[in-house]
Amino acid sequence: MVSAILTLTALVLGIGALLLWLGRRLAPDEGSLVERINGILPQTQCAQCGYPGCRPYAQAVADGEADINQCPPGGEDGVKMLAELLGVEPKPLDETRGEHKPPMVAVIDEDRCIGCTLCIQACPVDAILGAQRQMHTVIEAECTGCELCIEPCPVDCIDLVAKDEPWRWPRPDPIPLKVREAAHG
Amino acid sequence: MDDALPGDRIHGFHGGLKLQHHKQTACQHPVERPPLPERLFIAMRQHQGETGRTLVETGEHVLKGQALTEAGDDFIVPEHAPTSGTIEGVIDYPAAMPPGSMRRTIVLVPDGEDRPAPRQPLEDWQERRADEIVDHLHRSGLAGLGGAMFPTAAKLRGGWSGLHTLILNGAECEPWIACDEMLMRERARDVVEGGLILAHAAGARQVVIAIEDRMGLVEEKLREARSALGAERRVRIRKVFTIYPEGGERQIIQALTGREVPHDGLPQDLGVVVHNVGTAAAARDAVVEGRPLVERIVTVTGPGIADPRNLLALVGTPFAHLVEAAGGYREGVTRLVLGGPMSGTALPSDEIPVTKGSNCVLALTREETAPTQPTLPCINCGECVRVCPARLLPQTLFKLVEAENYDDAADYDLADCIECGCCAAVCPSHIPLVDFYKHGKDELTRRRLDRRRAALAKRRYEAREERLERERQARRAKRQEREEKLKRSETDAKSEIQAAIERAKRKKEGGND
Ligand code: SF4
Ligand code: SF4
Ligand code: SF4
Ligand code: SF4
Ligand code: SF4
Repeated sequence: MVSAILTLTALVLGIGALLLWLGRRLAPDEGSLVERINGILPQTQCAQCGYPGCRPYAQAVADGEADINQCPPGGEDGVKMLAELLGVEPKPLDETRGEHKPPMVAVIDEDRCIGCTLCIQACPVDAILGAQRQMHTVIEAECTGCELCIEPCPVDCIDLVAKDEPWRWPRPDPIPLKVREAAHG
Repeated sequence: MDDALPGDRIHGFHGGLKLQHHKQTACQHPVERPPLPERLFIAMRQHQGETGRTLVETGEHVLKGQALTEAGDDFIVPEHAPTSGTIEGVIDYPAAMPPGSMRRTIVLVPDGEDRPAPRQPLEDWQERRADEIVDHLHRSGLAGLGGAMFPTAAKLRGGWSGLHTLILNGAECEPWIACDEMLMRERARDVVEGGLILAHAAGARQVVIAIEDRMGLVEEKLREARSALGAERRVRIRKVFTIYPEGGERQIIQALTGREVPHDGLPQDLGVVVHNVGTAAAARDAVVEGRPLVERIVTVTGPGIADPRNLLALVGTPFAHLVEAAGGYREGVTRLVLGGPMSGTALPSDEIPVTKGSNCVLALTREETAPTQPTLPCINCGECVRVCPARLLPQTLFKLVEAENYDDAADYDLADCIECGCCAAVCPSHIPLVDFYKHGKDELTRRRLDRRRAALAKRRYEAREERLERERQARRAKRQEREEKLKRSETDAKSEIQAAIERAKRKKEGGND
């Protein structure tokens, strides 16, 4: 009897704690520095920064543990925005962590997939659909192209391809500096 | 003032340019139909919106007017077979916009018989509900013929309360383009009738047809058509000043009403809606004759064309075929432009096919396209501000985009730029201003998209973290429970043994009794 009460109490406490924690997670303080940093990060969740996702990296930057140039998907633009937010000098991207690439998306060769579910477990945004021993597919709109599913696949059947992006007007050539100086001089 | 009806007085709008209009060049001949091309390349999406599902298969024989793609909601406009023939396939084929892009395209080999599918007109349209007409126009594949190809149904639908006037825009936006003028000359009655149909569909009481002040002949024809239809009281014909870009939607509304469409509003807020005269004629064909939209008038003109003229071209006809029908190229053609010289797009190839929005092919020669003077820095002369019809600050926008300061450019209403090219035309420093604005707008679109993607990824990442945490908690709770159970069963077992011993003892004692 006593033990049953104990178990129940433990369960209730456990669930209470979980709910509390969830509540905190669901309503993060939008204005906090961590959230503002996280708002700038591209949310690719690729862990190239050395942290297991954008939010942990945001936390580390806010705590002064990590530098602002560790996120390749954010690129130079991202570094610039972080620098602006934190009031520090921008610096070049840390190339050792990876290069800035155009948006990519993972594609599974469904004929070769053996349905081991390893990729599902690796995907940080639950963008892969499938069950045990069934072929798997990537939901294109939800894939961030983080590449985390590539490594675990035992039959090497996941490929990363460029996302179908609409054509964009290029930036016109800037007005040549020489002419500029001449005009000013 | 509010009681005055659009067109009571003609007003000016801010900025704009007086340009040489060059319209006569293409108006020497009546509109003609070129010979059937060998192949038609029908782009599967010719409007702002999404592509409909393909309804035909390779090798299938189709009749003129048969639907090739399916109509969806108002932003999925169907395409129809411009003539009878065989479907050769569905391929990726070059498209005019964006430059250098490919688009899913249905290839049709005409059989030369031009056999029509059964037609389904809406003869008693006066008795029909507005919605029924809008649906019928949508099924007939109507999208704005003015160039922007906005789905006609989407513009008509909505039952805007207070909408009183349908404006038919017959003021051609740019020099050289003459397709609308020729249409009104030759099919004035159909334009007026189409205007009445569109007005009924939009729930508007009256129609105002706006033409340029130099279109004397057109005015006469429209007046005749109006009396023939007995619509003098519902249709007004108004001439606006020919000042580029008078054919822009916002500019024509301002010219007719003296009021500006609010910067984040719609024409409907002022009780008006604007359609192109070509759209009106197409609406009439669809409703009265049951003919879907499969052809349009295209002006083939410019100094680089031997015999400029207006041609009634089937959708899908390669531009090269039209040029041939207009006598071919002259010496020294350096650039082919779709649209007018101010805001048209350069065509990378003349293999690109006609779509519902193709109003003009303009061939320019070395003379017009000679390398312009080198670009110089902005001297803050303010010329661009003076001519901007959207009342923007072009030089500020340019400087912000050049400095990649897109967010500030957005604050200066970059999105309101209509890309008319007036600012670039007057800039003494020859800065390709519009290229900067196009790039800036694209960049803003990309960022919006990126932000939306990031928000989605963030939500999904957080949801996953929660799920993992929940699973961890659940596992922990289970483990605890198991341990408890184990302990409990140990104690239980002990007490059971104890009880058994006691029972045995008691028995023994009892047995001794
Ligand atoms: S490197 Fe990847 S995980 Fe790290 S912040 Fe950038 S996108 Fe997020
Ligand atoms: S599917 Fe692969 S690449 Fe795409 S988000 Fe998931 S793990 Fe990353
Ligand atoms: S890891 Fe590879 S084999 Fe396994 S389910 Fe994913 S795609 Fe299929
Ligand atoms: S292109 Fe844009 S900025 Fe230039 S004049 Fe036209 S509306 Fe104004
Ligand atoms: S017209 Fe040209 S030079 Fe003059 S202010 Fe505008 S951008 Fe500068």
